[in-house]
Amino acid sequence: MSISTPDAGLPAEVAANAEPPVELLTLTIDDVEVSVPKGTLVIRAAELVGTEIPRFCDHPLLDPVGACRQCLVEITDAGNGRGFPKPQASCTIEVAAGMVVKTQVTSPVAEKAQRGNMEFLLINHPLDCPVCDKGGECPLQNQAMTHGQGETRFIETKRTFPKPIKVSEQVLLDRERCVLCARCTRFSEQIAGDPFIALVERGPQQQVGIFEEQPFHSYFSGNTIQICPVGALTSADYRFRSRPFDLVSTPSIAEHDASGSAIRVDHRRGKVMRRLAGDDPEVNEEWITDKDRFAFAYATQGDRIRTPLVRNAAGELEPASWPAALAVAARGLAAADGQVGVLTGGRLTVQDAFAYSKFARTVLRTNDIDFRARAHSDEEAQFLASHVAATQLVVSFADLERASTVVLVGLEPEDEAGSIFLRLRKAVRRHGVEVVAIASHRTRGLAKLSGELVRTAPGDEPAALAALQLDDRAIILAGERLAAVPGAFSAAVAAAGRSGARLAWVPRRAGDRGAVEAGCLPTLLPGGRPVEDTEARADLAAAWGVESIPGRTGRDTTAILADAARGSVKALLIAGVEIADLPDPAGARAGLAKADFVVSLEVRESEVTAVADVVLPIAPTVEKPGTFVNWEGRLRTFGAVLPEPSSLTDIRVLAGIAEEMGRPLGFRTVAGAQDAMTELGPWDGARAAAPTVEPTTGTPGGRTVVLDSWRLLVDDGRGQDGQAQYKATARPAVLRASEATLKAFDVEPGGLATISTEAGSVTFPTQVADLPDGVVWAPANSGVSLRSVLGAGFGDRVALSGANA
Amino acid sequence: MTDPLTPVLSADWGTDRAWTREVYESTGGYSALRTALRMAPDDLITLVKDSGLRGRGGAGFPTGMKWSFIPQDADTPGGGKPKYLVVNADESEPGTCKDMPLMMATPHTLIEGALIAAHAIRAETAFIYVRGEVLHVVRRLRAAAREAYEAGYAGKDVLGSGKDIDLVIHAGAGAYICGEETALLDSLEGRRGQPRLRPPFPAVEGLYACPTVVNNVESIASVPSIVRGGADWFNAFGTEKSKGYVIYSLSGHVKRPGQYEAPLGITLRELIDLGGGMREGSELKFWTPGGSSTPLLTAEHLDMPLDYESVGAAGSMLGTRALQIFDQTTSVVRCVLRWTEFYKHESCGKCTPCREGTWWLVQTLKRLDDGQGREGDIELLLDLCDNILGRSFCALGDGATSPISSAIQHFRDEFEQGMHTPSSELFPPAASTLFPQEVSA
Repeated sequence: MSISTPDAGLPAEVAANAEPPVELLTLTIDDVEVSVPKGTLVIRAAELVGTEIPRFCDHPLLDPVGACRQCLVEITDAGNGRGFPKPQASCTIEVAAGMVVKTQVTSPVAEKAQRGNMEFLLINHPLDCPVCDKGGECPLQNQAMTHGQGETRFIETKRTFPKPIKVSEQVLLDRERCVLCARCTRFSEQIAGDPFIALVERGPQQQVGIFEEQPFHSYFSGNTIQICPVGALTSADYRFRSRPFDLVSTPSIAEHDASGSAIRVDHRRGKVMRRLAGDDPEVNEEWITDKDRFAFAYATQGDRIRTPLVRNAAGELEPASWPAALAVAARGLAAADGQVGVLTGGRLTVQDAFAYSKFARTVLRTNDIDFRARAHSDEEAQFLASHVAATQLVVSFADLERASTVVLVGLEPEDEAGSIFLRLRKAVRRHGVEVVAIASHRTRGLAKLSGELVRTAPGDEPAALAALQLDDRAIILAGERLAAVPGAFSAAVAAAGRSGARLAWVPRRAGDRGAVEAGCLPTLLPGGRPVEDTEARADLAAAWGVESIPGRTGRDTTAILADAARGSVKALLIAGVEIADLPDPAGARAGLAKADFVVSLEVRESEVTAVADVVLPIAPTVEKPGTFVNWEGRLRTFGAVLPEPSSLTDIRVLAGIAEEMGRPLGFRTVAGAQDAMTELGPWDGARAAAPTVEPTTGTPGGRTVVLDSWRLLVDDGRGQDGQAQYKATARPAVLRASEATLKAFDVEPGGLATISTEAGSVTFPTQVADLPDGVVWAPANSGVSLRSVLGAGFGDRVALSGANA
Repeated sequence: MTDPLTPVLSADWGTDRAWTREVYESTGGYSALRTALRMAPDDLITLVKDSGLRGRGGAGFPTGMKWSFIPQDADTPGGGKPKYLVVNADESEPGTCKDMPLMMATPHTLIEGALIAAHAIRAETAFIYVRGEVLHVVRRLRAAAREAYEAGYAGKDVLGSGKDIDLVIHAGAGAYICGEETALLDSLEGRRGQPRLRPPFPAVEGLYACPTVVNNVESIASVPSIVRGGADWFNAFGTEKSKGYVIYSLSGHVKRPGQYEAPLGITLRELIDLGGGMREGSELKFWTPGGSSTPLLTAEHLDMPLDYESVGAAGSMLGTRALQIFDQTTSVVRCVLRWTEFYKHESCGKCTPCREGTWWLVQTLKRLDDGQGREGDIELLLDLCDNILGRSFCALGDGATSPISSAIQHFRDEFEQGMHTPSSELFPPAASTLFPQEVSA
């Protein structure tokens, strides 16, 4: 299938967009000739000849500032035959043909300038390395060793500040340690676009300050801690917890969104202490969201399931041995005789998803499998089959920088895919890419992208897409919320087809794209094989060595649960699904209650646990290897950070049940599943047809408004449990609507408003925003789960009233 | 002996109500603007080039050449953008006090010059960035600007020429660094005043990233007289490479401190004579040619011509021609400590050598001033200066080292004495004070 052949079949557009050849300039650094692309800074050209010039303020992803003066070099010829009379900051000077640079290696002047500067940096720096979090991984400490002098000549009074001050609940600042390199302030301004910290005061009293009237609420604040070249910025939950040299670092992939961001996980004696951004220029560069950085304690909460549980005759769950639990699960599933629905959710790796997909088809003999634990539609499934499955890098992160226009529809990248947001911001800032959002209002994220708003009420996206004028260098990023709008995916496909623009699907969860590839859909088999295609089924049956693959199109999540409530689905096999996330939580609860037999494979106790007949504990991401397929279709493979022998993968557990049922899966390990996927390969036959669904026109009813909603990055998602300081940086939950809408429904702007359905009601403070009249926006899971309480979400109609009404 | 003074800029300083438009016009004011508006802008630039006028803010860069750097061709980078003239009136250098009296006495000279310069570089807006502390100057300039608008010299269609030139008088917030032109531009844009990275230079990307000329008050105020008198007339003043007349600010231990306008190339001996000589019973010990940022000189330089080249050859800089005169009662260590405290207070904090270096220098100098110096302190000071000079982001750090290294060069023994005797014993402060009542603090 596609995901095993990373280099194959790049679409023609990708090749057409390749960068033009670069002009090389030749210069001499430390008597070594080197040719580098025009525009390269001297400090980086020097790295190519093996000279590391010390630096603090310089950062390859930030604009040069030349503030710390640590990287001074002698330039004896600027390329025009004349040298600079003074040492120059190599981080601000671009190379020139014929330039002659002498660094500390060959120039006593440069060496003394650097030594002198290092001495200046240290006079006011405390000697608290033994208690400083940065000690052991500190650029100042390291470079003071390599480029400084052992003894200080400074015997006078150091500058001191009261310790520490809170930049936010999550980020603390020890001002006396700060070397004023302005990396954090430049990151906030240039990369994240949240300039709520700035340098204030002057001279030796200069310091990083906050704006008291607007707190430092940035989704990317943790990056400032990581790029701080000293121990001035620390995170509230890692401060004083560990020393770098006691940590074991493992590269991994973040599991909180579909970006597939590279991270580094540091653990000590079996416990994860912190997570850092990895360095992957093709994906997340060197940045991650605060969620990817700080939200890792969820796997060690008290509700972690440690042993298999089986419901006894008294109706209570009791611990069981693995063999016993697997046997009970197998017996129960077998008894359902093919009437089993499989709900896999969004947390699975692609190998896990493949195991569920094969388990459903070969063991349970059904296509009743669906990964979608949120609003979904047949149109979406058709779109995924025709445009997403078995494609790869149709649009990449780098492509966003080269596009003419990027259209966002059903997607708020700052909240839902932080790495896309940062890359878009770079595209806007550096390359003048235009961002257009088809959305209900101008969000802070869109404002930071200097984007254009096509103001659209939820449900009207098809019309907005139809009206778009795009060129063939445009890119459309469609979010999963479009599944709730009939005709939206069809309109997106049409808009792309009409203009030659490229179209990519950006799901919310890390496992979603892999689930599509693995065939966790009622209409799709692994590798993009359509269920309805006889040849595709035969191909798969041959590869799997089974007689046949079920040919009947399966039921989707909603149908599975509805039929469970009706009794026609007898058993359920459920992986990472939160009932409150489902489109109709009440209906789902009814289905679960009615099902004869429920098997739950889960990390922590959930609502499913309470009704499951067998609960099988499986490994969280940190304890297993695997691969997430990110929104680009890129494989993001990672190893186990904490290899726990007692912690089993979904694959191992499913293999156990399968063997117990007499139909072995053919693999028991992640590597085995990967081999099976590689052997299978992608479908090379006809693709499924694109959806052509006509939009429906909504029927406004009574005193109702249309609800727009998505999840904020920092919210009540269970993956963020256990991180109090991180959660304290959440944006306040407010309901947004136009002033006219609020007044029409007797809501005092700024006062409280209640939205309600037959299922329940929720009250939020209001904030006037530029939404179309008759539309309100509320966060999906901040303080309260709208789905769970209202049974409503994006695009649904809800009643609006003042809080007292 | 002929009178060496050549009052041009200061000619009307003594005239009653010289700051009003009425009085300014009565002595030929704004006639240069009328002439200039009839001239092609490029001809104006050539005129100023030919005059040999060099920047009066300290660096001495040829003014006409600076104007010619502004891209006017729409196809060149920045050529299609608006152009701006910014007058640097952030006079803050210790000892320098020429621009403030000029703006107080005859603000219209500056305003006329700014309008002519704006026309020359094709700017439709001229900003005058005035040091924040001098509110009286700001008021006077604003009144003068209002008068200029009323008379049709500024605003839409200046004197029927079809040119629009607006004047903006902006008050700074009181930071020495904002005299640095790129910091001034940041401050003018509403940001924190800190020097910018160059390139891009202001001529290409200055104010609001548009081509910008930044000129000193005195440079711009000299322009009307050049337009009236012509390049050859202006040329006749001064020396071979330093043309024209300038204002010398004489202060310190002389009988009559004040502003003396004379051609470039006059000597300090002549200027002290004009100032009535040293105060009673005193002899010259050291002096600064252009404010505290220029290396100090001694009595041996009394007959050196005060022009850019000669002062440079003596190891100092002409700077702003702020001649601070100190006699034998002055402790050079104490004097240098005061200056260094100023630089520490005014360092913007952006770069390490200036920010940390001035912090350290002050503490070491304080020790020497207290007679608590240690073996090696002089070498330490010189080494610190070496590590700051030419290593800091802008010239502020360089300027901070000038008084120290030059003072040690000329008066090393006084620093040696700082190892054991406080300066207050060697040089009782009261003896060097001009205004004894202020010593109480």
